[in-house]
Amino acid sequence: MARKQGMPRKRGRLIVVEGIDGSGKSTQIQLLRRWLEARGVKVFFTEWNSSDLVRQATKRGKKKNLLTPTTFSLLHATDFADRLTYSIIPYLKAGITVLADRYIYTAFARDIARGVDRRWVRDLYAFAGKPDAAFYFRVPIDVAVARIMGARAKIKFYEAGMDLGLSADPVESFRLFQGRVLEEYDRLSGEYGFRVIDGTRSIDAQQRQVRDQVSRLFDHPAAEAS
Amino acid sequence: MTAHPRFFGHGLPYTQVEDLKGALITLEGTDGVGRSTQVAQLKQWLEVQGYGVIDTGWTRSELMSETIMAAKAGHSLNRLTFSLMYATDFADRLEKIVIPALRSGFVVLADRYVFTAFARSVVRGADPKWIRNVFGFALVPDMTLYLQIDVDSLIPRLLEDRRVDFWEAGMDMHLGTDLYDSCRKYQWRLIREYNRMARQYGFIRIDATLPQDQIQTRIRRNVQALLEERRMRTLTENLQSLRPLLFEDPDDAARGGKTAGREPAGLAEVPVVTRPGRPAGATDS
Repeated sequence: MARKQGMPRKRGRLIVVEGIDGSGKSTQIQLLRRWLEARGVKVFFTEWNSSDLVRQATKRGKKKNLLTPTTFSLLHATDFADRLTYSIIPYLKAGITVLADRYIYTAFARDIARGVDRRWVRDLYAFAGKPDAAFYFRVPIDVAVARIMGARAKIKFYEAGMDLGLSADPVESFRLFQGRVLEEYDRLSGEYGFRVIDGTRSIDAQQRQVRDQVSRLFDHPAAEAS
Repeated sequence: MTAHPRFFGHGLPYTQVEDLKGALITLEGTDGVGRSTQVAQLKQWLEVQGYGVIDTGWTRSELMSETIMAAKAGHSLNRLTFSLMYATDFADRLEKIVIPALRSGFVVLADRYVFTAFARSVVRGADPKWIRNVFGFALVPDMTLYLQIDVDSLIPRLLEDRRVDFWEAGMDMHLGTDLYDSCRKYQWRLIREYNRMARQYGFIRIDATLPQDQIQTRIRRNVQALLEERRMRTLTENLQSLRPLLFEDPDDAARGGKTAGREPAGLAEVPVVTRPGRPAGATDS
């Protein structure tokens, strides 16, 4: 694709991490961030569901259990569109690397697990660009459950898919719902060329793998996004 | 997967819509064309005739109403978030108000429907196919009444009635230097979109420059025709389902009757938590 006039030559890289809750992706992206900053790379970090625009609505919707699979999906799409406009695209254009804790694939996996149409949700996010690298931290459900129970001892309502009425027991519901999400991720992995990281390995081993792949992203200017 | 006949696109895969008995009537038209007045009068008239009526309007959802107000005041919306917020509001009202009401046999009057979202998004440069897909979960209405007006008749009305707000004038689009220029260009484009859709989706056009009572008369005539046709159909269906009982046809009774499946759902059949994949909180209507 021809470079648009007035566009800076070097576009920042967009690196995203994906995985179910408790997969360890947030830990990994924070380690990556520090490492990149130490190497002098300008980095901007953005995470899922964090824009001010729909924060109140999302909070209320969750608190009062107002959300349906469709409104859940649309609220998150609105949040994402807002962040894409204000927190992702401008930074990439300015040559800053953007690290995103979760990207559109989270919506694909979760929303489909909640029962919305597979094609609908993909078309919904048609406005989002493809990241330069998408790391998928893959862990079995049991590992994720053990980590979450160990860390905060309480599973959140929507994280456990309690809105779907799969089970009255939060842990069991989490297991069932995140199991569905995991299945969707596995399906997406091939479709979108995820870089799969075995999330059961040690934090250091995973991070080495991530850094190795990320450094190649920077050392080869040919891979620069157009 | 093909589109569902009752929806604009893929629909709501986790929601049953085969049992919706009510009628969904939508009023469309640009800003300041008199929709709300007409909806209020129509509602009253239908209620006097004994219909259960529920009206719903743009941005009135429990989930999004305040958020949209705040966002519009802040002017930080872009065409994506603008479209998506409306879609969220719409989905909330559709699932929480419109569908449960239709299931209970109500007449639902919608002040603006998906067409408003299509027009506003497309005028702002969104891909028409994208925005139609976003609203693919929306039910196709039984009737769309379109209050049609030309821009020259509209502008004085808009300016006279009240202060034209930032968004009604399309000020976010930087079409003109002042409110008048911007408003005129923006509304002209909106009207062009509505007119295109009127052909595409078969709106019933009503001349919005007519006196209010004449507009109402025309609306009522169309609505009455729709509801009468509905009543006849229901009556026929009910008679069909009663047939095996009345004539004691053992064969037919054994087969459960040709139309048994179409019998209106009793209260006991209204799903609460029995259907898997249905949010527990979504059943209260």
